[in-house]
Amino acid sequence: MNNKFKKQGLLGALIGKKMLMGITGLFLIMFLVVHCAVNALIFANDGGELFNKGAEFMGTNILIRTMEVVLFIGLLAHAFDGIYLERKNRQARSVKYVSHNPKANSTWYSRSMAILGILILMFLIVHLKHFWWLSRFTDHIAHSEATKLSGQETLFEEMKEVFQNPMVVVLYVAAMFSLAYHLMHGFQSAFQTMGWNHPKYTPCVKQAGFWFSIIIPLVFALMPIALYTGIIK
Amino acid sequence: MAVLDSKIPDGPLETKWSNYKSHVKLVNPANKRKLEIIIVGSGLAGSSAAASLAELGYKVKVFCYQDSPRRAHSIAAQGGINAAKNYKNDGDSVFRLFYDTVKGGDFRSREANVYRLAEVSANIIDQCVAQGVPFAREYGGLLDNRSFGGAQVSRTFYARGQTGQQLLLGAYSALSRQIGLGNVTMYNRHEMIEVVTIDGKARGIIARNLVTGKLERHFGHAVVLATGGYGNVFFLSTNAMGCNVTAAWKAHKKGAFFANPCYTQIHPTCVPVSGDYQSKLTLMSESLRNDGRVWVPKKQGDKRAPKDIPEDERDYYLERKYPSFGNLSPRDISSRAAKEVCDEGRGVGKSGLAVYLDFADAIKRLGKEVVEARYGNLFDMYKHITNENPYEVPMRIYPAVHYTMGGLWVDYNLMTTLPGLYALGECNFSDHGANRLGASALMQGLADGYFVLPYTIGDYLSGEIFTKPIPTDHPAFLESEKAAKDRIEKLLAVKGNKTVDDFHKELGKIMWEYCGMSRNAEGLKKAKQLIKQLRAEFWKNVRVTGGNDEFNVDLEKAGRVADFMELGELMVDDALQRNESCGAHFRVEYQEEGEAKRNDAEYAYVSAWEHTAVDSESILHKEPLVFENVHFATRSYK
Amino acid sequence: MKFNLKIWRQKNAQSTGKMVDYAIDNIDADMSFLEMMDILNEQLINKGDEPIAYDHDCREGICGMCSMHINGRPHGPMHGTTTCQLYMRNFTDGETIYIEPFRANAFPVIRDLVVDRGAFDRIIQAGGFVSVNTGQVQDANNIPVNKADADLAMDAAACIGCGACVAACKNSSASLFVSAKVSQLALLPQGQIEAKERVLAMVNQMDEEGFGSCTNTGACEAECPKEISISNIARMNREYYKATLL
Repeated sequence: MNNKFKKQGLLGALIGKKMLMGITGLFLIMFLVVHCAVNALIFANDGGELFNKGAEFMGTNILIRTMEVVLFIGLLAHAFDGIYLERKNRQARSVKYVSHNPKANSTWYSRSMAILGILILMFLIVHLKHFWWLSRFTDHIAHSEATKLSGQETLFEEMKEVFQNPMVVVLYVAAMFSLAYHLMHGFQSAFQTMGWNHPKYTPCVKQAGFWFSIIIPLVFALMPIALYTGIIK
Repeated sequence: MAVLDSKIPDGPLETKWSNYKSHVKLVNPANKRKLEIIIVGSGLAGSSAAASLAELGYKVKVFCYQDSPRRAHSIAAQGGINAAKNYKNDGDSVFRLFYDTVKGGDFRSREANVYRLAEVSANIIDQCVAQGVPFAREYGGLLDNRSFGGAQVSRTFYARGQTGQQLLLGAYSALSRQIGLGNVTMYNRHEMIEVVTIDGKARGIIARNLVTGKLERHFGHAVVLATGGYGNVFFLSTNAMGCNVTAAWKAHKKGAFFANPCYTQIHPTCVPVSGDYQSKLTLMSESLRNDGRVWVPKKQGDKRAPKDIPEDERDYYLERKYPSFGNLSPRDISSRAAKEVCDEGRGVGKSGLAVYLDFADAIKRLGKEVVEARYGNLFDMYKHITNENPYEVPMRIYPAVHYTMGGLWVDYNLMTTLPGLYALGECNFSDHGANRLGASALMQGLADGYFVLPYTIGDYLSGEIFTKPIPTDHPAFLESEKAAKDRIEKLLAVKGNKTVDDFHKELGKIMWEYCGMSRNAEGLKKAKQLIKQLRAEFWKNVRVTGGNDEFNVDLEKAGRVADFMELGELMVDDALQRNESCGAHFRVEYQEEGEAKRNDAEYAYVSAWEHTAVDSESILHKEPLVFENVHFATRSYK
Repeated sequence: MKFNLKIWRQKNAQSTGKMVDYAIDNIDADMSFLEMMDILNEQLINKGDEPIAYDHDCREGICGMCSMHINGRPHGPMHGTTTCQLYMRNFTDGETIYIEPFRANAFPVIRDLVVDRGAFDRIIQAGGFVSVNTGQVQDANNIPVNKADADLAMDAAACIGCGACVAACKNSSASLFVSAKVSQLALLPQGQIEAKERVLAMVNQMDEEGFGSCTNTGACEAECPKEISISNIARMNREYYKATLL
């Protein structure tokens, strides 16, 4: 090859940085499955018993706790890499079109991944403060019903309390819309970026991505609604 | 004919080229590095030559007027490329390809050149496949072939309907590799506007940087023109908008003879003109004539819709006149027949300059699905352009200028009569005689660039190894630059009332009317006067906007049209002196029962014109054509 | 038909441009878009103004030279066509038509609607070829190619290098263009030996030219006049991972 060729690492080019987006994205998708599955235990409607057991397991299992660290690294990598790429991409066109009709060739959410991502990130900060912070770094949350001290609450009780505020419910539901659209593009996009495109399987991936991005956020969104309305007690 | 030495090697036809290659003078690698070659044009011939010469070690500069070498009009060729591979086991051979090409050219081409072309044709396919050109394949993974007009064997290789594109991109990638390696310097958006000669040899060019308008002086030990054909002299043609004769014409004015300018191929199946605003014509593949039937109404001025014209009031004139070949009659014959019926006032469509190509019978016979499978993409293209559905309404077609067989005269080495100046591809005259066969243009361009010039140029450059690069402040460069500059200033200074396109359109009308599909002495004489007048008016009344020191499309066009007008006159002269009908040149005075009548006794020669001065007559030189391996035969398609 | 045209005018690369209004009348529906532009230019010249510079050459959709952004879309409103294949019947009478150059920092404007797409050439020069010299080859049929692969390679090779993919992409990414060439050569046996070097060289050059990255919006595929598939981008990514990881 010509003199331009130099051996380099994976992350040297933008494609490599995109691969990081894809791989962390898929990892976060897997996290969503676990998170959603555990939280869905509240729908057992048993006063949070099953759910609290699940929460206890998640909060104490060493493997899960290790993965929590990996999860944070993944999330931060996804966010910072995304912001870096978005900046780069914006810099690639400094004079904008006067007349622009992008809806003719692409969906609005595929073009808005950065903004959707930032909305999700802002939501995450609130969300982490609501539950994760309390349970990890304060004494406010009991690990289980059995070890509960006075003045402490189980995670389920805390959840019920938080979702008594209608504004919070609205915020959570709105955030799930952001998540849904982020996934709607991100799920299949991650496969494409990873190079997993195949005439036979890509249509299945797209189908799976579509349903995934509806079902997961829907299930999440139903939680605050159910708790707020008292369907779940 | 001492002036024209075609330098054809001695010996039997079959061994001429191999003998030549074994004995041609060589340049050693150390010396190649010191030799600079300028190539103008980046189509099949230019790109392939540039890549091959750079691989050999020469220092190469390439110029093209487009924004990238990949845009050259070779890219538009659809059908395919011929090669005597005999992969089909159907009896093809180098000799047969040679014979078909000479016969198709109506015995007006040079035997030795055509034979060499046929010989290297097989190498072209090997080369292109190695470059990654995605030719059509059979299920076994081997190359597919199809048959094409004028041949009884399947020897045409193709890549969908985009063979020209794929071959050009192959050559472009080879060129790009050399640019990346630093062996070729590429000058995009540069137009050559003058050849520089020193002591009777071509030593460089003056090029205008089309972005800044700056005139640049470039030295070369040799200059190679691969600048394509001059079909745009007709204004309307299937050529790209930018195709022009300027480079070849400037070379002609500096001493390179122009050969057979009157041979212009008119392609029978093009989308007809739809209005005065028409800017170019689009070719429809000839394969349509395999199943379509050509007809016009029997009655003059019949304006009924085609479906309302009953069968017995239609004239399937090709089937009537040429019962054995019918709708598949060769290009020149079909084109002329279409013009005849339109001249009789039986043409169809708004303009009356079109004939029907009807698929109703084919659809009845084969079913719509089969027709769609065969021609679907062409039908879509037609519908897109005309907004008519050819499955329901017959297509309208009309002939259009497509290719120019004439060009700069070259010897066996592809060198023009100006020492050190070479011409390749459509730019030269050498291989197609008076008519070109389908799928042969791509073959010739690549043969010249990959396999001929890299050998033959050594013959000249081996004598140049002691020539140091001449500094471009040499008086000859300054003089040429000044001439170019004066000309530009003259164009800008006219400030008249008519646009460049006005003149170009008028020129085109004259050429099409009198020097198009059929010609006669009276008309040609009239055309000569008309062109002279037009040219005089041009220099008095053209309006060129803007200045020289900027990106100025108007100025570019003006320079090209000025050259076309001079060329047009030479084409007319050439058509007038050739008192016979051969190939694409049809003189109405010379026919027998409505068919072209060749005159081998008096006109079996190449006419090579020497330029004197713009307003003086050019001098005709004749290179006799000697046929030792084929015999004159009359084409008959009745 | 008549139209209000809003066209980007810019004297040269250094100057700043602006949209200028032109009214045009008596336009035939069967006229091509570029013929309408020709008529406008003739009118401008007759008025003593300078004509609008725009790139065009073959006018049959294959050379890739024409490059207009029309009503917010590269090559205008039709699917799978270049600017030169647009006809005025594709617009409605009295419509306002916006005409702008392809926009990307890697495609600087030269004048009016003309941009410099030399970045594409430099990407090909970096590695978009098979390193084979003239004559260094074997018989063509010694390299059999599976028909399906040959067809896919041809699909990718159909790229005309017009730059609509870049113009359509919100990130000005050249991924579709680069991947078309990488794919063509990755699918054929001829290209295998230097596959790793090729993809690295081309991808590096693409980044160096200042194109953005691919976020898989699919705008390129939707606007590509040759309908090149973004599955080629996935293939390029695979080639890149192979080259860096293996």
